[in-house]
Formats: sequence, structure tokens, C-alpha cells
Amino acid sequence: MSAFLLRRFGQAVLLLLIVSMIGFAILHLAPGGPMSQFAAGGEMSQEDLDRIAEQLGLNRPLPVQYAEWLWRMLSGDWGRSYRDGQPVTAIIGSHVGATLQLMATSTLLAMLIGAWIGIVGAIRRYSLFDSLATVGAMVALSIPTFWFGLVVIYVFSVWLGWLPSGNRYTIGDGSLINQIHHMIGPVMVLALVSTAVWSRYMRSSMLEVVNQDYIRTARAKGLSQRSILIRHALRNALLPMITITGLHVPTLLSGALVTETVFTWPGMGRLFLDSISYRDYPVVMGILMFSAVLVLIGSLAADLLYGAADPRIARSG
Amino acid sequence: MSASDISVETLSLPQSGFWHRPGFKRFRCHKLAVFGACGIALLTLACVFGPMLLPYSDTFIDIRQRFAPPLSGPHILGTDPLGRDLLARLLMAGRISLAVGFCAMIIAMAIGVCVGLIAGFYEGVIGAALMRFVDAMLCFPSIFLLLAISALIQPSVPSIVLLIAMTSWMEVARVVEAQIRSLKTRDFVQAAVSFGASNRRIMFRELLPNAIAPIVVAATLNVAHAILAESYISFLGYGIQPPTPSWGNMLESAQSYLTRAPWLAILPGAAITLAVTSFNFAGDGLRDTLDPRMDLS
Repeated sequence: MSAFLLRRFGQAVLLLLIVSMIGFAILHLAPGGPMSQFAAGGEMSQEDLDRIAEQLGLNRPLPVQYAEWLWRMLSGDWGRSYRDGQPVTAIIGSHVGATLQLMATSTLLAMLIGAWIGIVGAIRRYSLFDSLATVGAMVALSIPTFWFGLVVIYVFSVWLGWLPSGNRYTIGDGSLINQIHHMIGPVMVLALVSTAVWSRYMRSSMLEVVNQDYIRTARAKGLSQRSILIRHALRNALLPMITITGLHVPTLLSGALVTETVFTWPGMGRLFLDSISYRDYPVVMGILMFSAVLVLIGSLAADLLYGAADPRIARSG
Repeated sequence: MSASDISVETLSLPQSGFWHRPGFKRFRCHKLAVFGACGIALLTLACVFGPMLLPYSDTFIDIRQRFAPPLSGPHILGTDPLGRDLLARLLMAGRISLAVGFCAMIIAMAIGVCVGLIAGFYEGVIGAALMRFVDAMLCFPSIFLLLAISALIQPSVPSIVLLIAMTSWMEVARVVEAQIRSLKTRDFVQAAVSFGASNRRIMFRELLPNAIAPIVVAATLNVAHAILAESYISFLGYGIQPPTPSWGNMLESAQSYLTRAPWLAILPGAAITLAVTSFNFAGDGLRDTLDPRMDLS
């Protein structure tokens, strides 16, 4: 197990290094680069620009800049925002909670509903329910998240008046009920894609398991259908779902960015969009790296949890 | 995708009735694929020829007809805040959105296939390096990457196409790499090697044609992804810039008129959903049809 752990960890670190190189390269090699925001106005003289480049260390060779940047990132100094001078880590820290809250709630919801749809679909294979779930999942994966958000706002906020159309809570009313009330819309929107993904994978995983020999054995022992499904089939069918959830992080983060924009949810996605419009490089870079790290943690956690849940993997790894 | 290759009536299941017929799954897959293909054809035809048949140009501003709701007057799908005909604008936007989707797909496929082919063929160091690069690119959530780069470049239709292609070739590379790696061990490749065929000939003449099925499927799904990606960044304001209409940027302004003119938000989104669903269905149907190992039981 420890060898498996170590190997996975080594791979993740290597990947993180490559990720950091790509991130650094994107922002520094793109036309404009970090200096463009100063040069844009055309009011600064070349001397001023040179002085700023000197101060920010932007005039040195790229590999040197990269090494220094990487070292500072690792030691926790992610720079300061060009906009208000706050440390990037503090800015991200104050926004990440809202995003994680949204992501966790909708993942939980998607797991429950998606697993249920998948299980029923697998048991009653080719039934009307199964076909509708299949088509429904495909359509759900094709709907643009932001548009679904607009439709939800139109139906539930404008038309029916049941839900607030944005923000995390009503100003002056921070009660739990109020917060939950504000979460319903964005969670519904963000959970749509995850539910579709979960139901598809749950269905195929369940179908794979019910064809196994041990299910036949359980059936031969005379166990009830219910007991076979829950005790024997579901437990094993849920295993691959660990991986699916871990690998779903990038999709979820992208969805969260869009959902936050539509519902004016004060999370990391909105912060990212705001920082882009201000050309706030340190924050953009910080969030880009932070989200990549989240994705890496997701896939690493999926591997490790899967290894822990399924002894066959750990031994052979 | 003809119906003639459905020959699965030999299997029998305990259930009976239409929904339990053994051939239903194949049939259903085909039905959805047919739906997808029809949707693609219909949208393409409508966007190419539709604007010529309409009485209104998409840029004609009729200030007296502002915010006309659909089906209420001369404008079939209503008008926008400037009194422009929404149907004409939808079709013109469709030209842009579909063209961006197709072009981005072609570039993404070219990159993805080349990377996958090289990585799969020369496994060793080159292959590992290329595939780790693919893994690393996939660590960035796609929208974050798209937005970070789109904010740095001057937005124009070609640059958006390039941008989408640059952030969506990785899945293709993975598919092709896996395919090439498994094909490489097959006898026909050994035969080509023993005939003294050059590496390039083996890659492009022997391996690539045999991997064409998953590539076609990936290409179809890639168009769906590209159309969606364009709509996302245009909606967020960093994609196709007005006055050039695209389905995504038509929605950008619609949000502020949600109470007054909901059709401005609903119709472009429905167009995107129809286009993306069509390509997804077609891709899925192709996968089932082209895969000989497709599980029918």
C-alpha cells in the first residue's frame, strides 16, 4: 500500500510541476503579457515601463522568473492583487468557501438522485423509465449551464416568485433558512450535469455487477431481490463511482464559475471573471493554479480511496 | 447508419412488449442518431439558406417594433431591444456558432490526432512526455483555461476558433493514443515493419486508417463541445464580440431583459441546446454503430 501511495504521490507532484509550467507560460508568452495593463493606456513613458518591469522582476529571463515564481508559490506567497494590494491567498481564501459550499451540496444531491436513476434504470433495463433517463441525461449534458440558470431564474424567481434570483443571502438576514433559500437555485443548476453523469455511470456499473457470478450465487442461496441488490450489488457497483466523483472536479469547477456568474454568487468563479476584466494577473494566476490543484487532489483522492475501498487494487499497485 | 445492420433478433429476454424488445436498444440508438443527424442537417440548412428567405435583415433596426413578443406581428420570433428581427439574428448567429464549432473541431482533431499518433507510436520517453502534457492540460477546468487566455488576446472569430481548439484537443489525443498503442501490436503492423515500411508510412497508412472509427466519434462529440465552449465564453463576454451575433453573445444581453422579454433568453439557448444535443446524439449513435464489440446483451 505504501509503495502504491508513494508512486501516486510522485506522479501527482510531477504533474503539478508541468501544470505550473503551462500556467506560467500561458500568462507570460501570450501577446501582451503581464506588462500589457500598464502599457495599455499609452500614458506611461518607456522609462516608467522599464522601471515597473524592473520592480516586478519582469525584465529577467523567463526561466529565472519561473523558478522564482514557483519558489514563492511553494512557500505560500502567491503575490498581491494588482487591484487592491491584498495578498492573493487571502482573496482566494475569502471566496473559496462559497464555491465549495455550492459544489459539495450539488455533488451530494447529484449522487443521491443520479444513483437512484441509475439503479432503477439498470434494474428495469430498456423500460420506458430507462429510455427517458438515457435521453434525459444526454439532453442535460447538452444544455448550456448558464442558459439553464436563466431559465430557472425566469421560472422560479420572475414567474413564480418562489426563489431569490441571486446572492448568497438577503443583506441584513443571515439566517440559515435564508441561506438555504438562496442556495436552491444555483445548486439545482450545478447539480444537473453531475446528476446526468452519475446516473449514466451508475447504470452501467450496476449492469456490470448484476452479471457477476457472486450475484448468481446470492440468488441461488435464495436471498431476496432487495437484499441482493443492496447488500451485494450496490456495494460493488458504488466502487467505480469513487473514481467518477474524483474525476468530475474540473467539470464541476467550470460549472460553478458559470452558475456563480448567473446567480451573482460571491465565489471563486466570479472572482476569477472579475479579476480577468481587471487584468489582475496575480489573482488570475492564483485561481488558475488553485483550481488545477483542486483537480489534482480530486483525482489523487479518487485513486487513494479506490485503493482503500478495493483491496485488489492496492495489492497489485 | 442504415437500418440494415440491425440483426439482433436472435437474443431473447424474459420480458415482452414493445419497450422490452431485444432490438430496442440498437433501434433506440439509431433513432437518436437519426434525430441527431436530422437536427444537424436542419440547423445547417436553416442557417445557410434561412437568412436569404426572410423578409428582414438581421441588422435592420425597427425602433417602433422594439420588444415585440414572438408570434404577435410581422416578426415571427419577436424582436430584440433595438427592434431587430430575432429569427434573422438567430440564423445569422447560427452561422457563426456552427462555423466556429466545425473549424475548432478540425483544428483540435488535427492536433489531437498528431499528438496521440506520435505518443502511441513512440511509447518511451516521447510518448510519456506528450501524455503527461495532456494530463497536465486536463488539470485546468476548461472554462478557466479558456477565459484566462481569451482575456489576453484580441477577440476575433479566428482567434476564438484557435482558442477553443487549443483547449479541447486533449481528449482526442488520449483516445487516439490508446487506440494506436493497442493496434501497434497487431499482425498487420508487424507485417508492414518486416516489409521495411517507414515509420511515417506505418503511422499514417497502416495505423491511422484502422483507428478511424473512434476518431470520427470523437470528432462529432468535439463539435458539440466546441459549440458549447463558444457559447460559454461569448456569454461571459470574452468570446465573439457584438455586433457579430453568436448564440452565446445573444444571451449575454438577454439576462438584463429577463422580466420584460424572456424570449430573448429562451430562444438562443434553445438553439444551442438543439445543436449540441444533435451532435451528441449523432456521436453516441456513431459510437454504437461503429463499435463491433458493442454490447447487445
